[in-house]
Amino acid sequence: MNQYQEISLNGIWKNNPALVQLLGLCPLLAVTGSFVNAMGLGLATMVVLIGSNVSVSIIRNAVSDAIKLPAFVMIIASFTTCTELLMQAFTYELYQILGIFIPLIVTNCSILGRADAFASKNKILPSALDGFMMGLGFLLVLLLIGGIREIIGNGTLFANMHLLFGEAAKNWTLHIFGEQYKGFLVAVLPPGAFLVAGLLIALKNITDAKIQQRLAQNKVKVAKGSKRVRTTGQIA
Amino acid sequence: MLTQSISKNSLILAAFALVTAGILALTFMKTAPRIADAEKRAAQQALLEIVPDSRHDNDMLHDIWQIPEEQLMELGLSAQSNIHIARLNDAPVAFIVPATAKDGYSGDIKMIIGVNVDGSIAGVRVLSHKETPGLGDRVDLNKSPWVLSFNGKSLQQPQTEKWKVKKDGGEFDQFTGATITPRAVVHQVKQTLEFFERNKSALLEQSPTQAASSIPTESVSSQHSTTSQSE
Repeated sequence: MNQYQEISLNGIWKNNPALVQLLGLCPLLAVTGSFVNAMGLGLATMVVLIGSNVSVSIIRNAVSDAIKLPAFVMIIASFTTCTELLMQAFTYELYQILGIFIPLIVTNCSILGRADAFASKNKILPSALDGFMMGLGFLLVLLLIGGIREIIGNGTLFANMHLLFGEAAKNWTLHIFGEQYKGFLVAVLPPGAFLVAGLLIALKNITDAKIQQRLAQNKVKVAKGSKRVRTTGQIA
Repeated sequence: MLTQSISKNSLILAAFALVTAGILALTFMKTAPRIADAEKRAAQQALLEIVPDSRHDNDMLHDIWQIPEEQLMELGLSAQSNIHIARLNDAPVAFIVPATAKDGYSGDIKMIIGVNVDGSIAGVRVLSHKETPGLGDRVDLNKSPWVLSFNGKSLQQPQTEKWKVKKDGGEFDQFTGATITPRAVVHQVKQTLEFFERNKSALLEQSPTQAASSIPTESVSSQHSTTSQSE
């Protein structure tokens, strides 16, 4: 596995910011009431993450350890503010819905975390990819939670997508359980976010455990054979 | 040695601050006109929903009547606000009154209420609220068509004492599981109609030229060309 594959796997699965590092939970839980809100915040976070990772990587040799953190925070804050202004200009309605959570991207620990743990020690290209993959991992979890909550809570999926994609997206709304569905309130309220996020984390842990088990089984087989017979094939 | 590193570090940080501030200023300047435009469109959108383009030909956003300070309380407002006037051929056709219902289930329910010249309701829209999702939030047109039931109602039709939710012996539906929210909205709409009746003469006297003088005529025509909805 080369470096880039490892970065990708890390961001999306092994070290997923939302499911494993449990960073950025505040926006994660607060804006995932619907798919479109989750997507808006997820994309904004991703843009900031890529931008800050690249800039931090560029300046990594110019700043000493003493002023590293203030410099990073300054970069992240300016990227966030730029994103906020752009969202305000191009997706005004969505900006109003997401409200305070856009400026709060600054405080999303996964961004400063990646800047400090990865981008400040790596070249520009890997840093950009790391930002993209971490952002993607965060976005995917947001979308999953947003989608699940919207389906259970309102019986719809992709409602109000025109907030992001313009007039053409007005009729993207899918009514999963038909128009008559009354909605299941808990899913839309804050507890629903915790429940869905918890279930997703559990699901990931189960999957990981399964993978581990299978790997262990395979390993045992090879180990047994390798003690007695030497062949030119695969030996672990 | 120490002072040297301190001054070097602070110089670097200062350079950073300058660069980031420059980027921010640039983005701000580039996006400012678009943001102003988006804000204006959002404000206009709500007005247009109540009084569509087919019913008026003036710039409602700037044709305003300032609500007298001592009367703000009646509408539940705390800050200085304006009534927007819709005119067709310079004759007023409807007034769009901002109002806030203070007695909702949680927090203020901000709305705008369109009143036709004859005292009937042109439309009610809830702009912002913090009511319970799934219960009280059905006052929002996105969630339920309930607010449309106000259309065409006036203080005579139904009678004043019927301006209540059905549970209180009135005319208007409440929601299952939520009576407080619709009760608050119905009450505030009634208050607004009464406010309108009291101030009708002052509102009708407001001359269109006074407000229109500050606005170039082109803004009226551009508003017409960009409009897309006509319900």
